[in-house]
Amino acid sequence: MAAKKPNVSKQELLDYYREMLMIRRFEEKAGQLYGMGLIGGFCHLYIGQEAVVVGLEASTKEGDQRVTSYRDHGHMLACGMDPKGVMAELTGREGGYSGGKGGSMHMFSKEKEFYGGNGIVGAQVPIGAGLAFANKYRGNDNVSFAYFGDGASNQGQVYETFNMAALWDLPVVFVIENNHYAMGTSQERSSSTPAIYTRGEAFGIPGEAVDGMDVLAVKAAGAKAVAHCRAGKGPYILEMNTYRYRGHSMSDPAKYRTRDEVQKVKEERDPIDHIREILVTGGHAGEDDLKAIDKSIKAIVSEAAQFATDSPEPAEAELWTNVYV
Amino acid sequence: MAIQILMPALSPTMEEGTLAKWLVKEGDTVASGDILAEIETDKATMEFEAVDEGVIGKILIAEGSEGVKVNTAIAVLLEDGEDASAAEATTAAPVEAAPVAAAPAAVAAAPVAVDIPAEDDLPAGTTFKSMTVREALREAMSEEMRVNENVFLMGEEVGEYQGAYKISQGMLDEFGARRVIDTPITEHGFTGLAVGSAFAGLNPIVEFMTFNFALQAMDHIINSAAKTLYMSGGQMNCPIVFRGANGAAARVAAQHSHDFSAWYAQVPGLKVLSPYSAADAKGLLKSAIRDQNPVVFLENEIMYGRSFDVPEIEDYTVPIGKAKVWREGTDVTIVSFSIGMQYALEAADKLAEEGISAEVIDLRTLRPMDTETVINSVKKTNRCVTVEEGFPVASVGNHISAVLMEQAFDYLDAPVINCTGKDVPMPYAANLEKLALVTTDEVIAAVKSVTYR
Repeated sequence: MAAKKPNVSKQELLDYYREMLMIRRFEEKAGQLYGMGLIGGFCHLYIGQEAVVVGLEASTKEGDQRVTSYRDHGHMLACGMDPKGVMAELTGREGGYSGGKGGSMHMFSKEKEFYGGNGIVGAQVPIGAGLAFANKYRGNDNVSFAYFGDGASNQGQVYETFNMAALWDLPVVFVIENNHYAMGTSQERSSSTPAIYTRGEAFGIPGEAVDGMDVLAVKAAGAKAVAHCRAGKGPYILEMNTYRYRGHSMSDPAKYRTRDEVQKVKEERDPIDHIREILVTGGHAGEDDLKAIDKSIKAIVSEAAQFATDSPEPAEAELWTNVYV
Repeated sequence: MAIQILMPALSPTMEEGTLAKWLVKEGDTVASGDILAEIETDKATMEFEAVDEGVIGKILIAEGSEGVKVNTAIAVLLEDGEDASAAEATTAAPVEAAPVAAAPAAVAAAPVAVDIPAEDDLPAGTTFKSMTVREALREAMSEEMRVNENVFLMGEEVGEYQGAYKISQGMLDEFGARRVIDTPITEHGFTGLAVGSAFAGLNPIVEFMTFNFALQAMDHIINSAAKTLYMSGGQMNCPIVFRGANGAAARVAAQHSHDFSAWYAQVPGLKVLSPYSAADAKGLLKSAIRDQNPVVFLENEIMYGRSFDVPEIEDYTVPIGKAKVWREGTDVTIVSFSIGMQYALEAADKLAEEGISAEVIDLRTLRPMDTETVINSVKKTNRCVTVEEGFPVASVGNHISAVLMEQAFDYLDAPVINCTGKDVPMPYAANLEKLALVTTDEVIAAVKSVTYR
């Protein structure tokens, strides 16, 4: 059952627009820096999926935690981490969130309750339940969000976690970001059942399918899931039907899908265009207002890129630090 | 002919047990499958059933008797028509040990109290109390849980079952189900969950029934717990203890006998402890629970029932990363840890009779390893033998050999010999298992080799 779309204010719409656009421009810039050799290794871009994390963050409060996979830049920006620190981590510099020692997949912020970034498919799912366990142990009403993809949803540890989360009524929202491709393997080729949100049924965990390209639908579903968790009713599953425009990583030739398929989603379901249209047709913002937002975001992203380029590499002595507390 | 009913071995490591209660009395007729008695093993209290039918002619061991050795005759069963005199005749006959219950030599030694050398840093007048390794581990966890609300114990059968090896016996009663948590049998999942709770600032103790099952959880121990502090540039630490039985027990075969010491000792970000004595088990586990890093705490099932003197000091802790010289000597340095210490110390005793003076070092911590103590000892003895139950390739002993070669080459008068388990999966057959494990005789032979005797 899809949740009813809530009434949203003009300010909320503008915020969503701004936050989604920030992720997109940031990721485009990251792709550019990768091409220039400033970012190395693995770099998984979130372009296309922006509505998922922006919509869900709209239902969070201070103290709520989140943990996700290696496609994590969007989550960091959406929870309020500094674009400069994120970009500088991508370039492996001293000014990065992990001082250059983690890279794209391994960034954390205790301050923003962001617990990574995890390079192992599915590993963040029990960790997310562990964050919820800590909330319940302490008796607070915080909720954790464990984001994972359609690929990870076939991992055994996900179901071990579903079982424990339901058994112990842990306040965790399992967010399946179904972008339909586990690296190069389409969901049809990797999953025996298409409706991943139903996979909690065996454990008594409610789940629902959500249009993950519509930030308002995501927001509504997130609010419902969070209320369920905060009320002490245990975990909740949200399957976000979304799409990534770019390859799995920067080195992905993307031969497993057609250009037409990607183009069609961009034209018909783009999450940012969708909100932009609501803003304009609803008379909430004029083209000039939106241009001003675009411009301010461009400036923030440029500044982040500049910072990430200028920040020095970590001192050699850093090789030996942070192995132990 | 009257049949002797023998004290049964009810667990792989059981050498003796308590005859807790007789459920039959002399003169009772019993059928196969009837419950004869309750027997308390090193793991649990179990019901003992009759195999044959007949009349209980004589009860030989009174209920409440402790320390009844496996295969001791505990009662005599009379067949139809026999009278009590047959029972007398039977008890006079020698007891024939059932071959299936024969324990390998490695565990045949009865639990004995071992004297531990006085610690330099113990205050004068410190008194000691005899305690099993099992009790020491339990005391360590309980003491830390009493003072730190964030410490909790999680694992399979730690609560209502009272611990698969009775380590956590009584802890559910004291701390409740919120802090002594029975998990489903899903190591991968609950280990990841515990790691997440540690990221959030709690201090979990994860009990693996044995470390063999932790292979399923290896990803979270290594990739999630050990590496996150580094990957986060120092932001996110993981204060967690992974503990449980490691290495061979007795006759449990290849999938339940693996010694993972060298595996974990390899991983930066982990601290790896593997104590021998009860005092070190207690003191090191308390230190591990307080440590802000992930600690792998490797226990040994056979050692659980062994008793040692433990200092009666409030809040007794042992520092991580410090080896202990158990016995001073001049001719050779024997380095070991965990159950390997048993062979090292036995060898040292026998060697002393032959006039060879062995210094015996218990590493206690495998990472960070106190190689300084080993090097200083070798500078004195000029010879070194290492002892462990793990496999020979890339072993802990191999590492010590390399360190000595790099840092004490000029002091060595002979190549270092690594005594290890054999390079085969653990066999089940009693004789083969005995061959697969390291032995005291092998340690003695190695010492004679390096001392050219």
